[in-house]
Amino acid sequence: MSKPILATDALSKQFGALTATHDVSIDLNPGEIHAIIGPNGAGKSTLIKQICGEIHPDSGRVLLDDRDVSALPPHVRARAGLGRTFQISDLCMEDTVLENAILGCLAIEGASWRFWGAAQKSKTLRSRAEGALDRVGLANFRDTQCSSLSHGQRRQLEVAVALTLSPRAFVMDEPMAGLGAEGSRNLTALLDGLRVEAPILLVEHDMDAVFALADRISVMVYGAVIATGSADDIRQSADVREAYLGEEV
Amino acid sequence: MSSILIVEQILNGLQFGVMLFLMAAGLTLIFGVMGLINLAHGSLYMVGAFAAAAVAGATGSFFLGLVAALASAALAGAIIEIVVIRRLYDAPHLDQVLATFALILIFSEGTRWFFGSFPLFLNIPQALSGPVTLPGGIEYPLYRLSLIVIGVAIAGGLWLFIERTRIGIQIRAGENDREMIAVLGVDISKLYTLVFALGAALAGLAGALVGAIQSVQVGMGEPVLILAFVVIVIGGIGSIRGAFIGALLVGLTDTLGGVFLPEFLGLFMEPGAAQKSGSAIASMGIYILMGLVLIWRPTGLFGARA
Amino acid sequence: MRVTERYINGVVLTGLLVLPIWALAMDEPFTITLATRAVVLALAAVGLNLALGLGGMVSLGHAAFFGLGGYTMGILAYHAQTYSTLNLGLFSTDGTTSMPLIWLSAMVISALVAFFIGMLSLRTTGVYFIMITLAFGQMFFYFAISWAQYGGEDGLSIYVRNGFPGLNTLVPIQFFGICFTLLCIVLFLFARLQASPFGLALNATRQTRSRVQAVGLNPTRIRLLAFVLSGAITGLAGALFADLNRFVSPTMFSWQLSGELIVLIVIGGVGRLMGPVIGACVFVALEHFLGALTDYWHVYLGVVLLCIVLFGRGGLIGLLTGKEGAHV
Repeated sequence: MSKPILATDALSKQFGALTATHDVSIDLNPGEIHAIIGPNGAGKSTLIKQICGEIHPDSGRVLLDDRDVSALPPHVRARAGLGRTFQISDLCMEDTVLENAILGCLAIEGASWRFWGAAQKSKTLRSRAEGALDRVGLANFRDTQCSSLSHGQRRQLEVAVALTLSPRAFVMDEPMAGLGAEGSRNLTALLDGLRVEAPILLVEHDMDAVFALADRISVMVYGAVIATGSADDIRQSADVREAYLGEEV
Repeated sequence: MSSILIVEQILNGLQFGVMLFLMAAGLTLIFGVMGLINLAHGSLYMVGAFAAAAVAGATGSFFLGLVAALASAALAGAIIEIVVIRRLYDAPHLDQVLATFALILIFSEGTRWFFGSFPLFLNIPQALSGPVTLPGGIEYPLYRLSLIVIGVAIAGGLWLFIERTRIGIQIRAGENDREMIAVLGVDISKLYTLVFALGAALAGLAGALVGAIQSVQVGMGEPVLILAFVVIVIGGIGSIRGAFIGALLVGLTDTLGGVFLPEFLGLFMEPGAAQKSGSAIASMGIYILMGLVLIWRPTGLFGARA
Repeated sequence: MRVTERYINGVVLTGLLVLPIWALAMDEPFTITLATRAVVLALAAVGLNLALGLGGMVSLGHAAFFGLGGYTMGILAYHAQTYSTLNLGLFSTDGTTSMPLIWLSAMVISALVAFFIGMLSLRTTGVYFIMITLAFGQMFFYFAISWAQYGGEDGLSIYVRNGFPGLNTLVPIQFFGICFTLLCIVLFLFARLQASPFGLALNATRQTRSRVQAVGLNPTRIRLLAFVLSGAITGLAGALFADLNRFVSPTMFSWQLSGELIVLIVIGGVGRLMGPVIGACVFVALEHFLGALTDYWHVYLGVVLLCIVLFGRGGLIGLLTGKEGAHV
């Protein structure tokens, strides 16, 4: 078995009396989509934030390519290969779609300290950005101002910006949030094709998407992972049925 | 250097500090509760001073002057809250800066229009004039000592008000969760007007009290406003306790630095040069203090940790 | 009728160039001085616009850099004209009356101070940033007042305007030409920077800090550099302003000036190339004409400003082009 690209080692975080994550150890192998599911308030978003460096865990480590990145700030982790998407679209609303994609290319092309020459006219920046937009199906909207995009298009652009980073691993926080059935289907197809480029750690509430995509699923309840396994394992796990689907069964 | 001088200067610093607290308390409440940066707070200080000077001049009563200062500053505060400030709560900070900067221009020039460019004078009331002998044989102006007592008393009263009264509880709740207390049936806009008027009244009172030891003139409020900002940066936004500690720190640093730094430098330099560089460096003392606090704790001594 | 921003920019710059030439023909040197004043204030505000309009940093302390530029000129020229030596410990200088040297010194000193102020104030955001920059500005104000060697509260007069190779700077139109050329150069650089990758990143830090981090960029460093460049430009303007008046005083450090620089930008349009230039022209015109009518013209300025904030966003350029400006 190949080594995991991304792993957490016993991450714990308390907010006062509330346990956000408790001793969470998960990993992400090359080529896979690892979905994390759980009821609201189970600590999934807090976990993502700890992985990406926006929140510091009380204890535990985050490993990227076997390197301990726990002490690094978010932008350094991004540069080391974490391609993150946000639960609520976090884009430059005053800028165009292309500008948002170019922003994603700046760090990896080492261009953020270039003061001369228009960003939009740089061939390297532009081709990388347009490639990502093509990939998510936004090529025709490159000159549209981000604030005029539909909700679904913004979700696509989130993924495109993460793509421009050529990350070692994607970390996606509810990419399907707020999408209709058709939007979900399109994005599911897109994510399905992305795993060959980099594995995806996927927090998602859309169960159709999760069961269609995930190679492995981890279930979080009250900040702790109670089960990890294939879709079938999870469907059949008694623990999960009791804890997660408790009142419905 | 005599110990009498040291005690005297410490008292001066405390007096300066508690007056800064009256300014900073209102500002920090308004920041904390409404999330608003109010540059026009210095204008309310000026309004209080002018009202006190005018009324005391007309009636001969310092006490009536103080009442006028409180009333007029509170009224001015309530009016600008209702007419202008209310529209800025959800606005970007730039808009808040601009609108309250515009209010400064209107208040300052309006006051100049009304009262002319010459400073007014507010006399210390007869009962509080002259020195008082403190234990240890130190003579100190009674009025300044009264300012310290009044300031500390107001700080205590404000603390009780915020911690113990129903309105105080609502104010604290409003800092945490605006929507929730609206759901609970508190009239948010009335509460905001009240908080703003309260902050304004404190500023007006400070203006009147200080007006009796300095001259009352247009533009007197802004230097104090900026010092109050330094106090808040040191103490932490929204914290009354932080404002109190910060105000005393700033008051003491400024006063003691101005007096003792030149003397201290005099140990190493010739007296003339020591006097010059000492006072120049001392003028930067509180800002250096602010810088150090920022390095150590960017959200202030008592501010919420980010 | 809606017009494009490019068209407005052309008209404004041409107008600003033609007016003093016309005044020269009409023999009205005071108009040339007014135009020079507008150009220099515009340059200071272009500097601030880099921090405020592109980077979203509401600095209420930019008078610090304006004043530093002014005092750099004042001190260098004072020593040169009195044939005295300025001893700075590590090195000493006899001062200079050469404009290019003064400009360079003003920019370097302003940039250094901007670096330190930025290091401290960019540890925070929002209202903290505003208060801290305001406070540091005030620090320089008090320092200048208590620094008796260079005039203290009374300021420092420089009797002869500094020189520029090949020009007679005492002729108003020639000095205007220098200032106008510098403004055009800085505007050109500003436009290049705005479109550059760095400008894109800076603009993004204003809109969403978390996104900038998520793409692997350090928002604080980007902002710090913008703040330093911004301070340097405003410092250059300060040196020119001092030469225009042949006088420096602590009022160059005053918080009112910091506020007015923001006002200039907002009148013209935040984050727009020519916003500060239009704002400065309008401001100087108001100051001149309203100031002649009443001593209390600031009241009207206050009312106009309130109306802009409460009712109209995007400044004059926004009004003419029908496009909203940057949100700060």
